[in-house]
Amino acid sequence: MLYREAGQFKTNYVADSAIFPLREDRIGIGLIILAAYALAFLGNSFLLQAVMIPFLVFSLASIGLNILTGYTGLLSLGTGAFMGVGAYACYKLMTAFPGVNVIVWIFVSGFFSAGIGALFGLPSLRIKGFYLAVATLAAQFFLQWCFIRIPWLVNYNVSGALDAPLRTLFGVPIMGPNATPQVRYLVVLTIVILLTWLASNLVHGRIGRMWIAIRDMDLAAELMGIRPLQTKLLAFAVSSYYCGVAGALLVFLWYGGAEYDVFNINQSFFILFMVIIGGLGSLIGSFFGAALIFILPIVLGIVLPAVMSPFGITVGSDVIEHLRFMIVGALIIFFLIVEPHGLARLWQIGKQKLLAWPFPY
Amino acid sequence: MSFHKLSLKLVAATLLAGTALPAFAQDSVYVPLFTYRTGPFAGSGTPIADGMHDYLRMLNERDGGIGGVKLVLEECETGYDTKKGVECYESVKGKNPVVVNPWSTGITLPLIPRASVDKIPILSMAYGLSASARGDIFPWVFNPPATYWDGLSMIVKYIGEKEGGLDKLKGKKIGFLHLDASFGKEPLPLLQELAKQYGFEVALYPVAAQDMQNQSSQWLSARRDRPDYMIMWGWGSMNGAAIKEAVRSGYPMDKFYSVWWPGEDDARSGGAGAKGFKMLNWHAVGANFPAIQDIQKHVVDKGLSKAPKDKVGELLYNRGVYNSLLIAEGIATAQKLTGKKAVTGEDVRRGMENIKLDPARLKELGLEGFTDQLVLSCADHNGHRAAFMQEWDGTKWVKISNPIEPMTEQVRGQLEAAAKDYSEKNAGWPKRTEACDKAS
Repeated sequence: MLYREAGQFKTNYVADSAIFPLREDRIGIGLIILAAYALAFLGNSFLLQAVMIPFLVFSLASIGLNILTGYTGLLSLGTGAFMGVGAYACYKLMTAFPGVNVIVWIFVSGFFSAGIGALFGLPSLRIKGFYLAVATLAAQFFLQWCFIRIPWLVNYNVSGALDAPLRTLFGVPIMGPNATPQVRYLVVLTIVILLTWLASNLVHGRIGRMWIAIRDMDLAAELMGIRPLQTKLLAFAVSSYYCGVAGALLVFLWYGGAEYDVFNINQSFFILFMVIIGGLGSLIGSFFGAALIFILPIVLGIVLPAVMSPFGITVGSDVIEHLRFMIVGALIIFFLIVEPHGLARLWQIGKQKLLAWPFPY
Repeated sequence: MSFHKLSLKLVAATLLAGTALPAFAQDSVYVPLFTYRTGPFAGSGTPIADGMHDYLRMLNERDGGIGGVKLVLEECETGYDTKKGVECYESVKGKNPVVVNPWSTGITLPLIPRASVDKIPILSMAYGLSASARGDIFPWVFNPPATYWDGLSMIVKYIGEKEGGLDKLKGKKIGFLHLDASFGKEPLPLLQELAKQYGFEVALYPVAAQDMQNQSSQWLSARRDRPDYMIMWGWGSMNGAAIKEAVRSGYPMDKFYSVWWPGEDDARSGGAGAKGFKMLNWHAVGANFPAIQDIQKHVVDKGLSKAPKDKVGELLYNRGVYNSLLIAEGIATAQKLTGKKAVTGEDVRRGMENIKLDPARLKELGLEGFTDQLVLSCADHNGHRAAFMQEWDGTKWVKISNPIEPMTEQVRGQLEAAAKDYSEKNAGWPKRTEACDKAS
């Protein structure tokens, strides 16, 4: 009743290829963005700093990996390292040119990551599937080795760690210890919205269709005139760009300082799980996946003690931690059994049901 | 009871719990404990967590807290993971903690710049950023009782004395087995400098974090290089694996030295062959102290602790006790300085700067002979205290040396260089604005 497409006509090609052809969708997305911005003024510092900022950062990284794995069908285990390239590039750039606004460097640092990603994507022309995963695993180990071994990357800092210097935008500190979670959230949110909008245009347009063609059958795609090398490398570059920006945001707008160890293989798996749970080949799935994998354990950590304490059961933080692992693990298996195509597919089914509601046929 | 009623009750109980907390917080001091009883480092983390918790709990049970104020203890599980550590910090920040102890260098680093903004002091006991020993640059960070540079200089000094003088080290080869992370690499500049000064050779054996448990290649190289001494800088499962591997490859155990992190379980994993392994330490092992007896009586025997009875008084348990001793002293000193009972983070920062743990005070606390004295000041947040060498006799640690003073001159050189470097790289690093107390 509320959600239907009857009566909404598309009279030209531009309207037909719009990302949100339904008026209801446009209103919905507008409301979500509005709510997200309103949260900056309504949420407390824990919600913004420990939940929302990391959620957005991981969503961005998931979008990056989804472009590669979900849309182009190339499995990568180097996500953590590509995030690291972005973070280290951003650090070098902003300390070498402190006069330029740091937002510029966050966007530019992604290009360094894109370059490295394209380089390690070269083998993808010849190898596929698990073998490519192993090749990208090499990228993960090699880059991690670089982060430890090349002191130039951290400006010969004795502690070997990255730290966020004070940087401002319009006179307001957005980076460094004096930046409030509110301001940092707004910056991260704006960057994530911009890049998500760009990604949705990419995947719905010609480039995205080329990626999907390669994913579905690369031989057929090649016969149709799609050049596999360029297309695959472009996927690697764009994917790494997103990961790189996410890495820079992770270190400088979330942690405020980090060691090389943040970009280890576990980080790569973490993002890969988000993509798989969220739904391969879906942008909104990237957000769902990040929410399930990252936010759910936090919620459980808060809810479990609150639920148990009225019954006189007080458990230690370690038991909560074990319970978190078990429940999240069980939920992941549950969702994969119920819907192997990820949370995004559930969302799609829900939307279709809504279209017909309240008169299902 | 129907489900509906049950859920109503639940909601009511949660609301009650939520409203009851702030009223309670008025006359108490909130001390969060960042611990890790899960994950790959749990073997080292669990005894430390028990020691930290039990000592403070004992103060609550025996004395009703510190200075008549109850301590509200809350553990937050970090799993030695930076992500979760930062989450823990955010979740405790709003409850006015008087001090945080991250127990991981990776978690300490992001917290250092926040400490001065959030007014929460950081106690990173003998880990974290060595340069934070400088109170004039890092007023909110404390890393007593010694830095890694102090530790390395003590080991080299001890080896030198065994050889009959530091100049006898000339031409010797010293192996350095370290975790390949900033923690393990920190002593390297000092080691190179000492090597140049005394003419010994250094062979490096880095162990990557992902293969801590598989050190066969490092020990194979060690077999080939035949270093005269081996110094280890490890944590978690790396220590136990190294000792086991050293025994297997037949490395002479009496030539194997470590910084202060291995525990009994690590040494035990080497079996009978681990006899003779030596490490630095700065506090006693065992439960023969009135305060630790009180922990037994008031906490462990009453079932308020998670520690098994026989683990009380082990090395890493006592390390946790030492950590809590510093927290308690910081709070007590803050109460004395301010005259307030429920002190805040800002007060405890002042308190930590004025910590004076001399033998008389230790006796008063029931810890006579537990550790060497520790005096912190406005400028010195570390103390650079001497540590002693202890040896594994197959079943327990035996103290085998007097306190070894660090090589102050060389260490200070490193410290100055690092602190200067830090303030230069961080041009925006705030100048210290916190006033110093007269006493310090």
